[in-house]
Amino acid sequence: MSLAGITGATLAKDLRLEWRSKDAINAMLFFALLVVVVFSFSFDPNAEESRQIAGGLIWVAFLFASVVALNQTWARELRNQALDAYRVSPAPANALFLAKTVGNFIFVGVLEVLMTPLFIVFYKLRALGPAWQLIPVAILGTWALVVNGTFFAAMSIRTRSREIMLPLLLFPISIPAILAMVNATTAILTGELSSRFWIVLLATYDVVFTIACLLLFEMVLHAE
Amino acid sequence: MKRAFPIFAILTALLLSYALYAALVMAPTEKTMGDVQRIFYYHVPSAWTAFLLFLINFVASVVYLIRRHPLADIVAAVTAEVGVVFCTVVLVTGPLWARPVWGIWWTWDVRLTSTLVLWLIYVSYLMLRRFSSSSQTPVLAAALAVFGALDVPLVYFSIWIFRTQHPQPVIGGGGSIDPRMLHILLLNWLAFLCFAGLICWSRYRLERLRREVEETQALEALLEPRRVL
Repeated sequence: MSLAGITGATLAKDLRLEWRSKDAINAMLFFALLVVVVFSFSFDPNAEESRQIAGGLIWVAFLFASVVALNQTWARELRNQALDAYRVSPAPANALFLAKTVGNFIFVGVLEVLMTPLFIVFYKLRALGPAWQLIPVAILGTWALVVNGTFFAAMSIRTRSREIMLPLLLFPISIPAILAMVNATTAILTGELSSRFWIVLLATYDVVFTIACLLLFEMVLHAE
Repeated sequence: MKRAFPIFAILTALLLSYALYAALVMAPTEKTMGDVQRIFYYHVPSAWTAFLLFLINFVASVVYLIRRHPLADIVAAVTAEVGVVFCTVVLVTGPLWARPVWGIWWTWDVRLTSTLVLWLIYVSYLMLRRFSSSSQTPVLAAALAVFGALDVPLVYFSIWIFRTQHPQPVIGGGGSIDPRMLHILLLNWLAFLCFAGLICWSRYRLERLRREVEETQALEALLEPRRVL
C-alpha cells in the first residue's frame, strides 16, 4: 500500500471511530461552550470593546478545546497495544502521523464551524475589515495548532502524567502562531491594520513545523 | 583530570571576585543612570552565557539525533539546566534595572519577550526530561530542542513589529561605550563563562556517575535471580 493509501485507511478508521463514539467532539464542544460562557460573564463587553478582545478569546477557547481532542489522539491507540502493533508493522510512520493530524484538523475545524456563530451572537461581532480573510487565518491557524499538537501528543503519551504534559510542551512552542492568529483576527475585526504580515507568518510557521514533524516523527514513534 | 577540577574552581573563584571588584569599584559611573547601570555587568554576560549554552544544547541534540551517542545527550541535559539558571538571572536582573531607568518593570519588547519565550521553551524541555522514562528521554528531548531552535526566529519576528524599547546592543550595534566599561564587561563575561563551565563540568560528572549507578543497578537486578538458584 502506498503512503496515501495507508494515510487514508487510518484516517477513515479514526473518523469512523469518532463518528460512532463522538467522544472527542462532544468533550471539545462542551468545553469550548463553557469557555465562551465563562468569558462573557467575566468581561461583558460592548460591541466596540469586544472587537478588540474577541480575537484573543476565540483562539484561546479553540486552543484549550483542541488540547482535549489532541490528548485523545494517541490514548485511543494504547488500548490493545494498537500503537505497538503499528510500530512493528512495515507501514511508514509518517502515514500514521499525517492521518492523525488531518483527523484532528477535521475535528477542530468542525468545532470552529459550530462555535463561531455562538461567538458572533454572544459578543455582538461584526467584522469591519475584509471578513473573508478570516478563512485563511482559521485554516492556517488550526493547522498550526494540530500539527504540533499531534506531534507533542505523541511525545507526551510516552511520559508519566501524560495529559498534563501536552499543554506544557505545546503552548511555549505555539506562542508565535497564537500571536499571529490573534493579531490577524483582531486586525480583520477592527479593520484598522492589515493582517497580511500575520498570515504570512502563520504560513511560514505551518511550513517549518510540518516539515520538522515529518522529519522527526519516526524517531519519536520508535524511541525506546 | 581529577586535580584539574579544584584548580579550575579556585581560578574561577578568583576571577569572579576580581570581576566583581572591577564592576562595582573600578568601572566608571554612568552619567545619566548612575550606579544602577552596574547591573549591566551581570545582566549582559548572563544573557550571552545563557544563549551560548542553549546553542550548545541545540548542537548536542542534533548530534545525538544523528549519532545516538550518550555523551551528546548528557551535554544537552547539562547545558539546558545551567542555561535555564543563567536565563533566569537575565530575567530577574532586567526588571531590577528597568524599574529605575525606564520607570516600568516589564515591557513586551522584542528582546525581553523572546528571552522569556526561550526560557519557557527550555523549562518545558527540562519538564519533559523529568517526566519521561529514562530510556526514551534522550530522543524526545532532542526532538523538542530542535523544535525550540526552529521556534526562536519565528518568535523574534512575530514580536519584531512591536516598537523595541530595549537599549541597542553595545557590541556591533553602533552604540558607543566607554572602553573601560567594555573591558570590564568582557572580563565579567569571561568570569561568567568560567563559572558556567565549572557548573557544567561538575554537573556532567554527576550525570555520568548517576548513569553508571543506574546501569550497575540494572545489571545487579538481572543477576539477582541466578544467585538464588
